[in-house]
Amino acid sequence: MAILEVKDITKSFGKAKILKGISFSLEEGNVLSIIGSSGSGKTTLLRCINGLDTATTGKITVNGQTVFDSDITDKNQLKELNKNKQNIGLVFQQFNLFPQYTTLENVTLAMKLQAKRRDDYKKKRKEILDEIDKTAKYFLDKVGLSDKLDLYPCQLSGGQQQRVSIARALALRPKILFFDEPTSALDPELTGEILKTIRQLAEDNMTMVIVTHEMNFAKDVSDQIIFMDNGIICGRGTPDEFFNSDNERIRQFLQSYQK
Amino acid sequence: MSLVEQFPIVFQSLNIGFLQTVKLFLVTLMGALPLGLIISFGSMSKFKPIKSIIKVLVWIVRGSPLMIQMLIIYYFPGLVFHNPIWGGGEDGRFWAAAVSFIINYACYFSEIYRGGIEGVPIGQQEAGYVLGMTKSEIFFKVTLLQMVKRIIPPMSNEIITLVKDTSLARIIALQEIIWAGQAFLKGSQGIAGQIWPLFFTGVYYLVFCGVLTILFGKLEKKLSYFKV
Ligand SMILES: Nc1ncnc2c1ncn2[C@@H]1O[C@H](COP(=O)(O)OP(=O)(O)O)[C@@H](O)[C@H]1O
Ligand SMILES: [Mg+2]
Repeated sequence: MAILEVKDITKSFGKAKILKGISFSLEEGNVLSIIGSSGSGKTTLLRCINGLDTATTGKITVNGQTVFDSDITDKNQLKELNKNKQNIGLVFQQFNLFPQYTTLENVTLAMKLQAKRRDDYKKKRKEILDEIDKTAKYFLDKVGLSDKLDLYPCQLSGGQQQRVSIARALALRPKILFFDEPTSALDPELTGEILKTIRQLAEDNMTMVIVTHEMNFAKDVSDQIIFMDNGIICGRGTPDEFFNSDNERIRQFLQSYQK
Repeated sequence: MSLVEQFPIVFQSLNIGFLQTVKLFLVTLMGALPLGLIISFGSMSKFKPIKSIIKVLVWIVRGSPLMIQMLIIYYFPGLVFHNPIWGGGEDGRFWAAAVSFIINYACYFSEIYRGGIEGVPIGQQEAGYVLGMTKSEIFFKVTLLQMVKRIIPPMSNEIITLVKDTSLARIIALQEIIWAGQAFLKGSQGIAGQIWPLFFTGVYYLVFCGVLTILFGKLEKKLSYFKV
């Protein structure tokens, strides 16, 4: 069974139809890249899946659990759906680290707040917090930042900040991790370290959906590529199929990258 | 009377006036800091009528002199409704002045708060949301401190201006430090025709503002470990 299923998602802002019926699915452990020109609705799609925007119609399931269904309006049911969103994580283009917290604190904050809601928190406080610290350090080590634990975001390079934000998302152990142009806010010489980090995650069989303009990277790392244009998916397939597509729109798009 | 003889008399009198100045300053802050927050929420309200009323209020308060606002608040009830709610005593004058200052400064503070709240990038809330935080967790653990850091410099400016603005209460004869200094011009406690006490009040303002400047500087430094 697919770990992610997106069915007929549409999204309008006022009269503007931004997403016009998006459907796709993704198998566990696979990497899906979403490619498309600016304004085609890629960010809007990721925001709808992650609940930052509410899709107008459609249905989304993660790991068999519904996270969005436009037919559901009952408040209690909606709360249930919200809980299921814990299974997904999102890495932003602009990192969005919390400036007043250190690297380590950025990663532990959400976990600590979640732990406070546990019934046994008071009794096992010390163990729980130690465990959280260990988890955070494990993931910061994974992204190569073990020596930056006590630095603040303003003391880190853009690439390092983005790696903190990846560790922050990973630490909550999402079933699927979404990336919205994770290297677009970085200087070219810093994109490499982020792409390397994502490649490593792919090797660990992390399920990922990546919006990117890095064509060579997408070719290497993806199991599946989706091409979006003007709110619809107008091409999908393996990297081989995509980069050799005879679809006129896709060929045009790829050509613009060869300059 | 020689200057040396005058000094203790003037000093004591100015101290009493200064106490009234400080009292007006503190009461204004205690009222205007929270009221400003309420007004700023109103000015960001999605409910249009509230938003419009607040906008008009802020426009009137910021668009006219505090001195006139104080005169109206003090004299208007008595002159127009024949109901001098403040009474004629020093207490009445104090509360009329305090109410004027609180309303006036709350409007200024509200704009600063609004800038602080709106200045925190939306991405901060969104990051909190996708990490599974609740709305109140996001406010208290993520945005609040960033807001505070943003508003400290404009707030310290405004608060230092308030120190000096308290002297406007002289216009309704509140017995603050300017009033106390001026008394020796007309004659008081055997001293008359002396203008130096009035000039000397400036020292009090300088010291008061100097202390506040140092305090705000410390606060700013305390939050300088991160950038927003
Ligand atoms: N909150 C919004 N209100 C109105 N229009 C929006 C909003 N967010 C995005 N759009 C519009 O939706 C379209 C797709 O945007 P986006 O999803 O950011 O595209 P992409 O990420 O592919 O560049 C753009 O035309 C954009 O102007
Ligand atoms: Mg985008």
